Amino acid sequence: MNTPTDRGTPLVEMRNMRKSFGGIHAVNDVSMTLYPGEVMGVLGHNGAGKSVLMKMLSGALTRDAGEIYIDGELANIHSPRDARRYRLETIYQTLALADNLDAASNLFLGRELVTGSGLVNDAQMEAETRKIMARLNPNFQRFHTPVKGLSGGQRQSVAISRAVYFNAKILIMDEPTAALGVEETAMVANLINELKAQGLGIFLIDHDIHAVKQLCDRASVMKNGMLVGTVKVDEVTEDDILGMIILGKRPEKGAA
Amino acid sequence: MADSTEPRGLPTQSRRSILDTMEIDTRLLGMIGAFVIICVVFDVWTGGRFLTPRNIFNLTIQTVSVAVMATGMVFIIVMRHIDLSVGALLATCSAFMAMTQVHVLPQMLGLPLGSPLIAPIAILVGAVVGIAIGAFQGWLVGYLTIPAFIVTLGGLFVWRNVAWHLSSGQTIGPLDPAFVTLGGIDGTMGVTGSWVLGAIFAALALLMIANARRNKIKHDFPVKPIWAETVIALFAVGTILGFIWVLNAYEIPSARLSRMFEARGEAMPAGYTAGYGVPYSVLLLIVVASVMTVIAQKTRLGRYIFATGGNPEATELAGINIRFLTVKIFAIMGFLCAISAVVASARLNFHSNDIGTLDELRVIAAAVIGGTALSGGVGTIYGAILGALIMQSLQSGMAMVGVDAPYQNIVVGVVLVLAVYVDIMYRKRTGD
Repeated sequence: MNTPTDRGTPLVEMRNMRKSFGGIHAVNDVSMTLYPGEVMGVLGHNGAGKSVLMKMLSGALTRDAGEIYIDGELANIHSPRDARRYRLETIYQTLALADNLDAASNLFLGRELVTGSGLVNDAQMEAETRKIMARLNPNFQRFHTPVKGLSGGQRQSVAISRAVYFNAKILIMDEPTAALGVEETAMVANLINELKAQGLGIFLIDHDIHAVKQLCDRASVMKNGMLVGTVKVDEVTEDDILGMIILGKRPEKGAA
Repeated sequence: MADSTEPRGLPTQSRRSILDTMEIDTRLLGMIGAFVIICVVFDVWTGGRFLTPRNIFNLTIQTVSVAVMATGMVFIIVMRHIDLSVGALLATCSAFMAMTQVHVLPQMLGLPLGSPLIAPIAILVGAVVGIAIGAFQGWLVGYLTIPAFIVTLGGLFVWRNVAWHLSSGQTIGPLDPAFVTLGGIDGTMGVTGSWVLGAIFAALALLMIANARRNKIKHDFPVKPIWAETVIALFAVGTILGFIWVLNAYEIPSARLSRMFEARGEAMPAGYTAGYGVPYSVLLLIVVASVMTVIAQKTRLGRYIFATGGNPEATELAGINIRFLTVKIFAIMGFLCAISAVVASARLNFHSNDIGTLDELRVIAAAVIGGTALSGGVGTIYGAILGALIMQSLQSGMAMVGVDAPYQNIVVGVVLVLAVYVDIMYRKRTGD
């Protein structure tokens, strides 16, 4: 059970990524791959380094060392704007929404539609937002309230709509269901499956082993900044994964 | 995946009250209400002397300098910063401009006094100084991450005394006659010019209302009923033309008129009268307010300013360079300080060493009374201007009824705190 070599070029390949904060190795020589149409779980305790790794990929943090390849080519990602050029979108745990602005302003933040005279085209942006929301969350109707007045699920829809609207090819989701109710969690799960079927590659950071078993194809476990191992989710048990997270112990089978 | 272009019937929102139907900002309404009450109370108290064309004219020209700076302070506070240096920066800009037109250009460069080049060059110098100092302070805040409170507190000491140094503490004047027309009473548009201006603004207002409606219909958004639009349009046009009418109704005293005729070598016809009309300084404020409102609501720059105030991390993650944004807003503030310096020194006809003293506090108070939240992310340009107008009305009203200066300031201070408390209560009620 060795690394599959018959899957073609990975969509994303991170090689030997490193980041330290004042002597602490937050991420220490971690490599990871992601293939098109795949959901890769990224697991570990708080402070294991998974969020830091993902932030280096999305350009929110600059890395100390390491290389990122996208579609086999060396990618030049040093800021969130760079990452967007590679159609890499991130849905942060905190949702990264400007609470005082409405849904459309948040969806298009940093990429506003403008009119011929260079002014922002609010009507056009609202129309586009209504379209995408009709697809993602048909119950969403509050287009003119600041997003701080929305429920957790509605806020999540806004954050997700941002990734979907701009045709992301690679998606990083940082605990997308942490703040959601049962119904909304199911909605996110459906969406993940739908996006996966379209050939997107998704990194899914999650604490819920059950959800990982359900949604992910492979899972990489990190502990103390290092990669414990990567397994095919179907070939290991939940206990195996827990063992990796808690003890840093690789299971005997299922390595991927 | 579902077809996203499929047209969807938008649910008709249930409309409740009249205010809801007209989509009127109730906070704005509250501020206008407070302003009207202040005016009426003082008018009764002074036996009808407060709401005369003469006093309204004076009130508007006294408000301009603080109101111009308050529009910039909105951006600063919305981005969770503060600028304590605006009064001192105004003084420095004023000193630079006064020195330019009184000493540098006529004496050192040999430009004859009264040359038409003097005023534009002086204003340009002031604007460059204001923008440069503002941008420098913005750089200290944005890139070196020194808190804005500290940077501008230091700036308050530095620029106040740079101005002192430049002018050696002396009053510099008289200023160039063309420059002085931007101060208020010495430069007005006259009755005809003011009506033309009023007609243009009324037409613009109607055009904007019609455009907004057409745009909504184009995208199938719900629109207000036509009667609501009509009421709003009539109110807008009425306000604009009413304001022009009042300023036109303030007549130039006949002694002053005959002096103006004498200066032209003519004799004044018997019974001749003329109104002042809109002062150029007020026109300047209107232009600044319009431009700043467009920036706030219709440009990416404005969108990013408000987004940063709401959530700086999210804005940065959206790929926006908020450090450079900080430089920009402080540069805008510096530019507006220069404009206010033009108006303030032109109104006095000289640069004085204490010009703009305590203006930083008036400007911050105007922005805050106008609904700008110090926690960031919330604020409007028109609110700040209304705030400046409310403060100026209070102060001049109290002066008219003979309240002593210390009590005037006590009242203004109390009103500031009270206004913020009312705003907090309002936000809690509306959950806004």
